[in-house]
Amino acid sequence: MDKVAIIGIGMTKIEADKRGDTFADMAWEAVNLALADAHMTIAEVDNVVTTSNDFWDGRTISCMAVGDATGAGQGKNTSCVEGDGTFGAFYGLTRILSGAYGTTLVTAHSKGSESVSSLITNAALDPIYDRALGLDMVTACALQARAYMHRHGVKPEDLARVSVKNHGNALRNPLAQLPLKLTVEDVLRSEMIADPLHLLDCSPVSDGCCAIILANEQRARRSARQPVWVTGVSCCADAYYLGDRDLAVPRSLAQAAKRAYAMAGIHDPAREVQVAEVYDAFTYQELMWIEGLGLAEAGGAKDRLERGDFDLEGPLPVNPSGGLLGGHPVIAAGLYRMAEAVKQLRGEAGSYQVDGAKVAVAQGLNGLCGQSHCVWTLDNRS
Amino acid sequence: METERSSVELMVQQSQINVPYSWWAGETASRFFAGLRDEQKILATRCAACSQVFVPPRKTCPQCFKDTAWLEVRPEGELVTFTVARRQLAALPRPVPLIFGLIRLDGATTALLHLIGEVPPEQVRVGMRLKAKFAAERRGGILDIEHFRPA
Repeated sequence: MDKVAIIGIGMTKIEADKRGDTFADMAWEAVNLALADAHMTIAEVDNVVTTSNDFWDGRTISCMAVGDATGAGQGKNTSCVEGDGTFGAFYGLTRILSGAYGTTLVTAHSKGSESVSSLITNAALDPIYDRALGLDMVTACALQARAYMHRHGVKPEDLARVSVKNHGNALRNPLAQLPLKLTVEDVLRSEMIADPLHLLDCSPVSDGCCAIILANEQRARRSARQPVWVTGVSCCADAYYLGDRDLAVPRSLAQAAKRAYAMAGIHDPAREVQVAEVYDAFTYQELMWIEGLGLAEAGGAKDRLERGDFDLEGPLPVNPSGGLLGGHPVIAAGLYRMAEAVKQLRGEAGSYQVDGAKVAVAQGLNGLCGQSHCVWTLDNRS
Repeated sequence: METERSSVELMVQQSQINVPYSWWAGETASRFFAGLRDEQKILATRCAACSQVFVPPRKTCPQCFKDTAWLEVRPEGELVTFTVARRQLAALPRPVPLIFGLIRLDGATTALLHLIGEVPPEQVRVGMRLKAKFAAERRGGILDIEHFRPA
C-alpha cells in the first residue's frame, strides 16, 4: 500500500446533550479544529467523506445536511458512509490510494440525545423474522456478554474493572462526558439494565463529532504537523443473524486484526503495540475486543486487566482516553478512537499520555454485537 | 450584531418520522410462518454443501452461496445464551422482567432468537432445555410462537 498519513484531527467535547449546537454545528467545529490542527485551509481539502446514520439524525440523506459545514458545498466531491467513522475513514483512504486526491477530510457525527436509542437500534433487526420480539442494542449485547462470560468463566466483577478503569481514565480527558471515580462495588450496585449488564457496564448516550484529515505521502511530508502513518487497515464482517454466529468469539475482529497486522509487519501485537483504543460500548466488549485484537489470549483479558496491564501505567494501556464508557457518540465513536491514537503517537495526550508510544491500534465496529470490525494500525515513525 | 451565547434561550423543535411499511415476507419466510400458523411446526432449511440447518430458514446458504432445501425441526432445543431485561426499554413489547434467548433447536445448527416464559428469571440457565409454546391465536408471524418454556 502507498503511504498515507493522518495529518489533522478535530474532536468536539463529548456531551450528554449539546443543546447549543445542531449536528451541522458540531461538524463545523470538528472540521475547523482539524484544519487548524493540520495548519490547513478548507481549500487544501481535495475531497470529503462524511459518516452518519439517517435514523440517528432523523432525516433522510443526512450526509448532505453536513455538506456546508464540511466544505463539501464548495464544489468538492463528497460521498458518505453509513456506519462507524472508521469505515468512513477507510473509504477516505481508498480515495487517496486511487490517486485522484492528495487529501481527504473524513467526518463522523451523531446526537444520541435527540431520539430514542432503544427504538433506533431495534430497527437494526430484521422486520420479517425478529424485530417484533423487541430486542435492541443493549439487550442484544447482553446476550453476547452472557455467551462470552459463560464460555470463559468471566465474572461480573471482571466486567466492572473495565468500567472502573475507563471512567477513571476519563477523569484526565477534558473531552470526555462521563469521568467517574468508581469502585467495583459501585458498578455491581448500579441498576441492572439487562442481565448481566449493569448501568455502569453500558456506555452513555452522547453527542459529538470527530474529523480527521488523511494525506498521501507527498502532501503528508509537506505538512506542518508530524504525520502519523497508516501502516495497516482491514475491515471484516460476520453473519447478520445473531443466531448464525458464535457470539462468544470475535471472529470477524480477529480476521481484520490479522490482516491489518500482516500489512503493518506486526508479528506479535501484544509486544509490538504500545497503546490501544478499542470500541468499549459495553465493559465486556473491551475484554472481547482485546482478545480479538490479539493483545491477550482468548479468555485471558480479564486476568491481564486485573493485574493492571491495561492501566495507563501498565505495559499496554487500553483506552487511556476513557474510551466509549467515558462518552459514546455513535457513528463518530471509532473515528474518536483513531484521533485519540493519533494524540498518543504525537505525544499530545497530556495527563493520559502513554510514554514513548510508537505503534497504536484503533478499532471501530458496525452492526449488533460487533458484526463488522475495522482495525487500524498507526505508527509515528516514517 | 453580536449576541451573547449565554443569553440565548436554547429552543427545541419536536417532530417525528412515522412511515408505515409493508414488508413482503417472500416465499421462504411465508412458508415458515404458514408452518407456525397452520400446523404448529417449525420449518428449517438445510444447505446440502455444508450441512448447516437454518432456523429461521434462509433461501440460500450465506457461506456456500447455494440454494437450500426444506426440512422440519423439533420445537425443542437448548438455550445458548439469554438476558433478562430489567429496565423497561422502549423497544420491549411486554412488561419487564422480559427474557430473551437464543435457542438452538434439535436438528438445527443456527440458533433462533425468541422470548422465554413460564420460568422465574433466576432459574434460567445456559444449556437448559426449552420447548416452543404456540400462541392460541396465530396470524402468520414470529409471535405465533408465544415464547419458549422449560421442556
